[in-house]
Amino acid sequence: MPHEPGAPRSLFPAPVTLLSREDCDAIAKKVLSFATADETRVTISSTTQGNMRFAVNQASTSGDNYDNVISVRSVFGTRSASSTTNSRDDASLRAAVSRAEALAKLAPEDPEAMPELGPQQYGADSPGWSEATASMEAAGRAAAVNAVTSVAKAAGLVSTGFMVTTAGAFAVANSKGLFAYRRQTGAALTTTVRTADGKGSGWAGASTNDVSKIDPAALARRAADKAKRSVNAVAIEPGRYTVVLEPTAVGNLVQLIAGAFDARSADEGRSFFSKPGGGTKIGMKVLDERVTILSDPLDPDAPGAPFGGDGFPVTRRTWIENGVLRSLNYDRYWAKKMGVPPNAGGGGGRGGGGGGGAGGSLRMLGGDATLEEMIASTERGILCTRFWYIRPVDQRTILYTGLTRDGTFLIEKGKITHPVKNLRWNESPIFMLNNLEMLGRAERVSASEDGSPGGGIIMPAVKARDFNFTSASDAV
Amino acid sequence: MSISRRDFVRTASAAAALSAIGSRADALSVAPSIFVPTYVTRAAEYKDLAMKAIDAAKGAGADYADVRIAQYRSQFVQTRERRVQGLADTETAGIGIRTMVNGAWGFAATADLSVDAVVATARKSAAQAKANRAALTKPITLAPYGKAQTGDWKSPIKTDPFSIPVADKVALLLAANDAALKVKGVRFATSGMSFLREEKTFANTEGSYTTQTLYRCSPQMNITAVSADNTDFQTRSGNEIAPRGLGYEHVVDADMIRNATRWAEEAVQKLSAKPVDVGRYDLVLHPSHLWLTIHESVAHPTELDRALGFEANYAGTSFVSPPEKMLGQLKFGSKLMNIRADRNQVGSLSACGWDDEGVVPESFDIIRNGVFVDYQTTREQAPYLDWWYRKQGKPVRSHGNSYSQSWSDVQFQRMPNVNLLPGEKDHVWDDLIAATDKGIAIMGDGSFSIDQQRYNAQFGGQVFYEIKGGKIVGMLKDVAYQMRTPEFWSSLDMIGGKRSYFLGGANNDGKGQPSQSNAVSHGCVPSRFKQINVINTGRTA
Repeated sequence: MPHEPGAPRSLFPAPVTLLSREDCDAIAKKVLSFATADETRVTISSTTQGNMRFAVNQASTSGDNYDNVISVRSVFGTRSASSTTNSRDDASLRAAVSRAEALAKLAPEDPEAMPELGPQQYGADSPGWSEATASMEAAGRAAAVNAVTSVAKAAGLVSTGFMVTTAGAFAVANSKGLFAYRRQTGAALTTTVRTADGKGSGWAGASTNDVSKIDPAALARRAADKAKRSVNAVAIEPGRYTVVLEPTAVGNLVQLIAGAFDARSADEGRSFFSKPGGGTKIGMKVLDERVTILSDPLDPDAPGAPFGGDGFPVTRRTWIENGVLRSLNYDRYWAKKMGVPPNAGGGGGRGGGGGGGAGGSLRMLGGDATLEEMIASTERGILCTRFWYIRPVDQRTILYTGLTRDGTFLIEKGKITHPVKNLRWNESPIFMLNNLEMLGRAERVSASEDGSPGGGIIMPAVKARDFNFTSASDAV
Repeated sequence: MSISRRDFVRTASAAAALSAIGSRADALSVAPSIFVPTYVTRAAEYKDLAMKAIDAAKGAGADYADVRIAQYRSQFVQTRERRVQGLADTETAGIGIRTMVNGAWGFAATADLSVDAVVATARKSAAQAKANRAALTKPITLAPYGKAQTGDWKSPIKTDPFSIPVADKVALLLAANDAALKVKGVRFATSGMSFLREEKTFANTEGSYTTQTLYRCSPQMNITAVSADNTDFQTRSGNEIAPRGLGYEHVVDADMIRNATRWAEEAVQKLSAKPVDVGRYDLVLHPSHLWLTIHESVAHPTELDRALGFEANYAGTSFVSPPEKMLGQLKFGSKLMNIRADRNQVGSLSACGWDDEGVVPESFDIIRNGVFVDYQTTREQAPYLDWWYRKQGKPVRSHGNSYSQSWSDVQFQRMPNVNLLPGEKDHVWDDLIAATDKGIAIMGDGSFSIDQQRYNAQFGGQVFYEIKGGKIVGMLKDVAYQMRTPEFWSSLDMIGGKRSYFLGGANNDGKGQPSQSNAVSHGCVPSRFKQINVINTGRTA
């Protein structure tokens, strides 16, 4: 932490730059030179974030921040611990090393300890970097926000929302010669447009790596249209309904399955993917045969991280193929124990690094039905824009509860007839994807509840039968 | 079944807790039992930096500015069965500078605490505020501040958690896991503890300069029982040991080793518990459960920013809106319902000397005898309610509910501790059970979800007991209740007294974009709600 008192040298804000590959290499080498442990790992994350919030058609709060976090993991035999600092001066780095080493010496022996990885081969750089995103400043965000609020104002509506850009550089290095570096940007714009009397609400959002792909005015028009069309919603009886889910709603649900792609939990009998009697459901049909779910760090539309927290390479993975479970995450410890090749970072728990096998992205392959065709083929059903407050209820079936929000409409005899009041559901993406009727074209969605860019999630619209709505909500 | 709060939050000395650990503890006790942690205090340097930031912000055209320099030290110990999964110490420090130019906010933060970087960040904040004016129609005004604040505040801890050797922490957790794993049918146990120490320096253009040292302590445990044929599993989270704004004494008081056996037995019992029949029941809710229902259905909808539409895009709005039709008029619940906000409670998570805009937090009533009377506010928000405060003969001032999770995030309105006050009669949990003919008793918080205006909610729990004729007759499973907030609180017909008051809470109350975590406690007493809709959440794949 350089903190010499004295007059500032510059009268202008200094440009914030992320740590380069060379910067990270130099920091890692320095940290490793301070280390006395048997093995040491250095993880570096250098991030900037710029955001702007708006509410009631005007700017509310905003923020820019810049941080560099350096994490040191020290290993003595099978004992390990880590420490983290966000100061880059020698004294702070030395202190971080000595804290990690002191803690590691106090840690008990870990029967599941795995050695640090040696140098790894990584594929092409992930296509997750955009200069347009990395260089966007406050004025650019304000212009995007104005494009949204002016649509809402012109329509006599009230817009609220969030515009955010992130840029990050991440590196892993260890005392066995491993070094990995990547950069990624992210951007998201989400808006909720409401009628002035609070009787109608519509949402639209986009998440991308390249901010220039976001069309703020188009999003505003979509949300405004839904707000107007959702006024004076009528209550319908909860129960089992055919649903037409827009891609965002599908993303809200399907990404929950990825949380259960852990082989160990399945082998241990505490996962939906546990096979009755023992073992996992790999090779078993678990979903409708039209469902294929995969992740690929090099996916141009949803790039992910090409390596995990311990430097383990992340590659293209097919999780579900034509409804059959093809793969689960075997970290290095569990793979060794079960006698299979490892396919995910970590091993031996949190100290091992983690990183999972998906690298943050998820794609479900689509079909060719349009939303209009799904609606036209529905005798009676509900069209959902997005879901909200989604929380686990029963891990045994990946059962969650949540509510519809910001655009829920009744379909009767192939047409949208009127808006309906929001509904609470208790449902599992597993059941939903077994009750599949039609699949739309897949597209990148903003599927995080909080409007952060999140991982790249690509989902089709889905028509499914017997979706379980359990109660009505008066919330607009 | 009659478990009182005293049974599970039994006070035990550190020595007693550790003596139960046995040989494992002996093997691990390689460090002295207590040591003095070193904290590098940069008070003088931070004061100087804060003043330079204030000057730079003013120089760049800010009409108002505040500065927070914060240093966080955290420690995490996580175990699984008989091994340590993670052991980590983290440190982060930085500065966040908020400015207002012509009624528009700007905020910029950096981890670089050099004078150059701090001055540049102050200017960046002001430049951002100027850029934001392009998207502003109505300038923001701040409630009067009163006199400049100076001073120092510290969480009232007894034992600094960083002074306890890691070996002792590990030994305690592994002993708790052992106790759970000894129970037949239990296959997995995880436990952990995390600690936070925050040193915060605040200064603003109103002339305030304050320093605070805040602590948080969070022990956790989770136990899983699996049926012999792998067709069912059930978990029991020991979430009665809520996080607190306390030191290591809270870990000792949590008595995890003794409680682990009970939690483990309950996890196993859940495997053979009777699936609940759907229907309407009188619910007797334990404070270890009810705190979360209060959090979601009372504390969130009474945040003024939500009521005014500022959070519509994520956290949502509120059914307690518009303020002019709600204040003094909305019947939120039964006459037994008295809700008070309080950031002065000793050991609570939101306790502090000043909020994150330098305001001394005040305790205030939100609901009095079932009627809604006030919102949570910051300096930016209080002026919206000037008409109400004038009518009450009160000054227009912030309640002191501003908070930021870190130096790198802008502060905004976050809930203080929002508590359900005890009833006048000194009822305890057993009295409520005895007075109930057909009902379900729920302990511990479980699954939770609520809509964006806080009307429709669904809550699960950790353990559920069937009540018949004033007695617990057996355990139930797959229970969740669905409610509409005003009807639910209007059905409150019996409430515990002072003796059964318990402070629940969480470190992860999410709100805002980018989402920030607030740490908040909710005090409450056992309470009974009449004829609530219960569903069965069990399904088979």
